[in-house]
Amino acid sequence: MSTPVLTRPDGQARTYDAYAQPWWKRTLLTREMAIIALVVAVYAWSMGNVANFDSPLTLYYLFLDVAPLLLIALPMTLIIITGEIDLSVASVVGLSSVLVGVLVQDGGLSVPVAALIAIAVGAVCGAFNGFLVAYVGLPSLAVTIGTLALYRGIAVGILGTTAKTDFPEKWTDLSKERIIEGQPYPMILIPFLVLLLGFVLLLHFSPFGRGVYDIGLNDEAAQFAGVDVARTKLWLFLLAGAVSALAGVYFTLRFGSARGDNANGMELQVIAAVLLGGVSIFGGRGALHGVVAGVLLIGVISSAMRLEGQTVNVINIVIGVLLVLSVISTNLLGWVSGQVRSRTRGSRPSTSRAQSGTSSTTEG
Amino acid sequence: MAGPAPATTPVLELQDVRKSFGSVAALRSGSLAVQAGSIHALIGENGAGKSTLVKIVAGVHRRDSGTFRFQGEDVDFGSTASSKAAGIAVIYQEPTLFPDLSVTENIFMGRQPLGAGRRIDRARMHEEALSLFERLGVQIDPRRPARGLSIADQQVIEIAKAISLDASLLIMDEPTAALSGVEVERLFTIARSLRDEGRGLVFISHRFDEVFALCDTVTVMRDGEYVGTNAIAETTNDELVALMVGREVAELFPKTPAPLGDVVLDVQGLSSAGTFHDVTFQVRAGEIVGLAGLVGAGRSEIARAVFGVDKYDAGTVTMNGKPVPANRPRAAIGSGIAFVAEDRRKQGLVVEESVARNVASVIRRRLTKGGLLTSGAENKAAGPWASKLEVKTNALDMAASTMSGGNQQKVVIAKWLATNPKLLIIDEPTRGIDIGTKSEVHRLLSELAGQGMAILMISSELPEVLGMADRVLVVCEGQITAELDRAEATPEKVMHAATRGASTTEEIKA
Repeated sequence: MSTPVLTRPDGQARTYDAYAQPWWKRTLLTREMAIIALVVAVYAWSMGNVANFDSPLTLYYLFLDVAPLLLIALPMTLIIITGEIDLSVASVVGLSSVLVGVLVQDGGLSVPVAALIAIAVGAVCGAFNGFLVAYVGLPSLAVTIGTLALYRGIAVGILGTTAKTDFPEKWTDLSKERIIEGQPYPMILIPFLVLLLGFVLLLHFSPFGRGVYDIGLNDEAAQFAGVDVARTKLWLFLLAGAVSALAGVYFTLRFGSARGDNANGMELQVIAAVLLGGVSIFGGRGALHGVVAGVLLIGVISSAMRLEGQTVNVINIVIGVLLVLSVISTNLLGWVSGQVRSRTRGSRPSTSRAQSGTSSTTEG
Repeated sequence: MAGPAPATTPVLELQDVRKSFGSVAALRSGSLAVQAGSIHALIGENGAGKSTLVKIVAGVHRRDSGTFRFQGEDVDFGSTASSKAAGIAVIYQEPTLFPDLSVTENIFMGRQPLGAGRRIDRARMHEEALSLFERLGVQIDPRRPARGLSIADQQVIEIAKAISLDASLLIMDEPTAALSGVEVERLFTIARSLRDEGRGLVFISHRFDEVFALCDTVTVMRDGEYVGTNAIAETTNDELVALMVGREVAELFPKTPAPLGDVVLDVQGLSSAGTFHDVTFQVRAGEIVGLAGLVGAGRSEIARAVFGVDKYDAGTVTMNGKPVPANRPRAAIGSGIAFVAEDRRKQGLVVEESVARNVASVIRRRLTKGGLLTSGAENKAAGPWASKLEVKTNALDMAASTMSGGNQQKVVIAKWLATNPKLLIIDEPTRGIDIGTKSEVHRLLSELAGQGMAILMISSELPEVLGMADRVLVVCEGQITAELDRAEATPEKVMHAATRGASTTEEIKA
């Protein structure tokens, strides 16, 4: 059938500006940019004020430390944008770590084969979450609290309290190798950057990604527009499982230790970083550059405070306060703009009420 | 046909009550006088303003102007609580009980009798509930949870609540819509006994047979205005229909005749338990088929099933001779179906997203280059469609939430026309939009049909259906009860088929 061409009475077509604001306003005045600026500011301040922060080792270890967070934050961002959450990621890290240990040491498999199997198992774990959420229709919070315990339980069940520590040096060294000798960038950044590119294309430059935002903002309208809501969610949870398992492989090799309780509690760090990076916990809002900045902010602050001799507890307090502030700031901004809007709108109802008052007195 | 001057002070008296939402006047001039000890029917088409009137009485909305007297005194309820406290009870079509609380607890929610030490006196509560049910002559165990009770029983509980509050005015908004014959009879018995106790009752219904069987007075509304009040004994079914419709419709929305092509949509024996049954119809290229009927008749549900958003139990949907798989909107879109859904803000748009993303949301898979989708491509595709529909916006990245209802509707239509559909299903095409945009939408639908598109239009506005449709299918309680050609479709025929009033009222009057 031919494209229906509509005729306008005046025969002229109106054109629209693509954007209401100039590009720099759209890019710079965002929450993501605020977080990036904060990272740069904290980094610059620490360079000048924290002893040894300017040592090349600082940045190197910072990257090694935050690598698992960086990796898992990628799929977590997409999941949270759809309005769901995955609390089982750290347990998948632990399970994957145990699997690599057992398969390499007891099974005699090579590290790459063991890693692939672990990642496949991670994908299955994620798909199980996704199935329960998307097709059975259970709330993801409840499902992944359950599988958080389930996957961690399996991991600890396999190895008990023991650890597998005998890994080929070739692989443990590779996990800590630098991309270019003398530079503070470890090898793990390469798979991270590849995945980052993939997730950026998926979220920001693909129909699938648009669907992810639609689901988070209005899943009913998304369904009416032909977005396969259930399948999208299934894929996201599957990806989260696979990437978490990859992080588990890295975690194991970096510390040369496969334990069931590896990365205990990391899920909350990941979610904190994602939220800090400007992703709305209610879904529909957020971008990956903000999330990367959010992870790095946590990394820089931890690293600077550790050099200052602060304990983990103090670091956690600071990051916790920062997270609460960031959440409050969004709500505060929303409240302020809501106030402004209701004030401009408020004039009409009040006059109509006044009218009704006068008319009822005259008639009554 | 103004009724005779009332001898006594009416329990409820509304005069020239007006209420607007934004630029849309839902109620222009509502008037109603309900006597104590009577059952007063309030009837009118969908959108006549009945619900708005009830909501003003219930304290949900505040009127903009007009007189509102309750038991002879001027009142102005700012909340449902103050309306309740004054003695007004509203029973809705679907009661809202707390499902996990017991029947007794539901009746006394928020005002439980207190015993020693300010503890809830359960025994007294239970006894009072029992005596309430005894008065109403119903058998419901007060201790059972509300979950699982039939709609009818839930309504009885709402009525019990109203009686325990000693409400002097009960408004029942289409209470019988979901009830079976026996349940309706029980409700009527209760209603009559309440009337005999001297309470005033307002009964809103689309079923004329019930109006004639139960009520003693009737008030008709149309287009947000009071039309007339009459004693039931002095009126007839046909007179009421004429009053409800009473307007010239032909010149309002002329559809230009277009040559009809092949069958595009073929629906055979579509059934979904409890919603619609054995629905069969066809839509041809260039044809506008109107689905008329009352709200809740199952029209939207039929459309949703055809489009694949909802499941159906039996039947087939065929587009251009090819079967459309069930329950897969994407497959339906692929087969050439577009669906402008009923609820614009919930189903039609992602209101927080930009105009461009909304317009491009269904076609974005076609806009990719090498699998990648850019905002530039979306803007480029969306711009011309926004322009064709004359969407009023500053820029394509403005959020749809900032726009008026009419403009939002244009965005939804643009989004679907961009898919180049063969069949456009449009549910309530002009609900809640201003009069100017309304005629634009009608002109557009006519033009699209002229270009050979098949259009299935659901509308609760009779003039819209009669003016636009080549053929009208009337749906009543999930079934197609009439198929009328443009020439033979009159408001009266449609209303008769939609209420099934024609046959039943004759019997009752006989």
